[in-house]
Amino acid sequence: MQRDVLTVAVLGLVLVSHSGHAETITKLKSLKLDVPTSDAMFPGPGSDAINNNCLACHSADHVLNQPSLSRTAWQEVVDKMIRAYKAPVSPDDAKAIVDYLVRTKGTS
Amino acid sequence: MQKYEAQPGLTRRGVIRGMGVAGLALMSSPALAQETVDLHVPGGPSTRPITTSYPQKGRMILQRSSPPWLETPFEVFDKGVFTPNEQHYVSWHWANFPGDIDVDSFRLAVRGQVNQTLSLSLNDILRGFPRADIAAVNQCAGNSRIYAEPRVAGAQWANGSMSNALWTGVRLKDVLDRAGVKPGAIQVRFGGLDESVMPGAPKFLKSITVDHARDGAVMIAFAMNGEQLPLLNGFPLRLIVPGWCGVYWVKMLNDIEVLNQPDINYWTATGYRVPDTPHNSVKPGETGYKMVPVTRNAPRSFITNIRNGDSVPAGSPALARGIAFGGDCGVARVDLSIDGGKSWQPAKLGADQGTYGFRQWQTQFTLPARGAHRLTVRCTNTKNVAQPDFRIWNPAGYLFNTIETTDVVAA
Repeated sequence: MQRDVLTVAVLGLVLVSHSGHAETITKLKSLKLDVPTSDAMFPGPGSDAINNNCLACHSADHVLNQPSLSRTAWQEVVDKMIRAYKAPVSPDDAKAIVDYLVRTKGTS
Repeated sequence: MQKYEAQPGLTRRGVIRGMGVAGLALMSSPALAQETVDLHVPGGPSTRPITTSYPQKGRMILQRSSPPWLETPFEVFDKGVFTPNEQHYVSWHWANFPGDIDVDSFRLAVRGQVNQTLSLSLNDILRGFPRADIAAVNQCAGNSRIYAEPRVAGAQWANGSMSNALWTGVRLKDVLDRAGVKPGAIQVRFGGLDESVMPGAPKFLKSITVDHARDGAVMIAFAMNGEQLPLLNGFPLRLIVPGWCGVYWVKMLNDIEVLNQPDINYWTATGYRVPDTPHNSVKPGETGYKMVPVTRNAPRSFITNIRNGDSVPAGSPALARGIAFGGDCGVARVDLSIDGGKSWQPAKLGADQGTYGFRQWQTQFTLPARGAHRLTVRCTNTKNVAQPDFRIWNPAGYLFNTIETTDVVAA
């Protein structure tokens, strides 16, 4: 995409200011807010294991936005989820998850 | 190319079950005309949705729906040194944090190796201690990870998991002194209202040394840019550790524990590690180096008014403008190169709005001839540390601060 830098030839720095009146803050206001989640699932064949094991902790886009990685790298990721973050994944499911990741986001 | 794209299909926690068909249709309709941003990363996936669905947040790059990773769109950094609260980036480790916080019942505990355990209300915090203000950049240790070569797993942040704010609160030192730190205490550990999802998974906790905690700069913030913190940025209280990576800036802070032995929890003792090498950089596949925790930010600078691929006039002056920060100290100088780093010209620095905050810079430059040119910008901080010109790489993609390049065409 091309933009013309000529139009930005204004020399003054953009005025920086904050609308702060922190000195006057004497009370905080309670919050009651809904935080969005996602109901997106991993698509395609062989996705049962990853859908059943991974979405409790994070949404699918966490994985879908990752780069393509080697089988070794994906194995390390799944091992970390199990070992460090205590994801209760059976050995069979762990293998199915790695296979799915290599198939859909592998480097080869 | 990827065979599919992330379709966020955002729902609202606890609301979706009771909604009728009409409501569902309303919620999903914005996704049909989904605005996206291209992060220009070789190998992809390069596009992300722009979301406006998160409470108290404006237009954000959706890196992960849950737990939220919301990135500040880069054009925000051209507007000034203080990032608007509604576009301050968001990053959570665990999805299990409250959306409902009652300011009257909230308490901050100060416990462990102290003479007197404290249970402080928000009124105690707001009225019971001297106030302090500090401008400081909150930058994720993994900022810019998407540009790692070769790519690495982790949050695929472009350059927008950094934001600057004027933080208002109380000094951690004053709170610790109220409790009275016992002799022999060595670390202070911080926890928030977020809890792990799986049984046995490590609660998110971070620790710093007692001396660091009592340095007078580390603070407990109840306001940013003059307003109470947005929920997703850590309402009602957040630890501010100026000059250190955002992972230390514990959100929804409700527990301070003074320790007399080294913290062995996962997040302090195992996670967030970088090679103990110059610029924390190694070659892919290299082994045999020691790993150390990520701690301090490193100097960085960015051109904010010119983007890759922009057209710049040949033979007549143009303006380059941007932001810089010194990392764990102030900005000494910012230099611009129009010949790919062979020669450098100093930029004029904008007003100093705080040692640890963003500093604006600008300079005029003239590209001599038509054709392709590479602009580079380099920050040198007040400790005389400059951004390196080689590509920093480490296995987890932390603390990238290589000088930035912007390729333009002179016409």
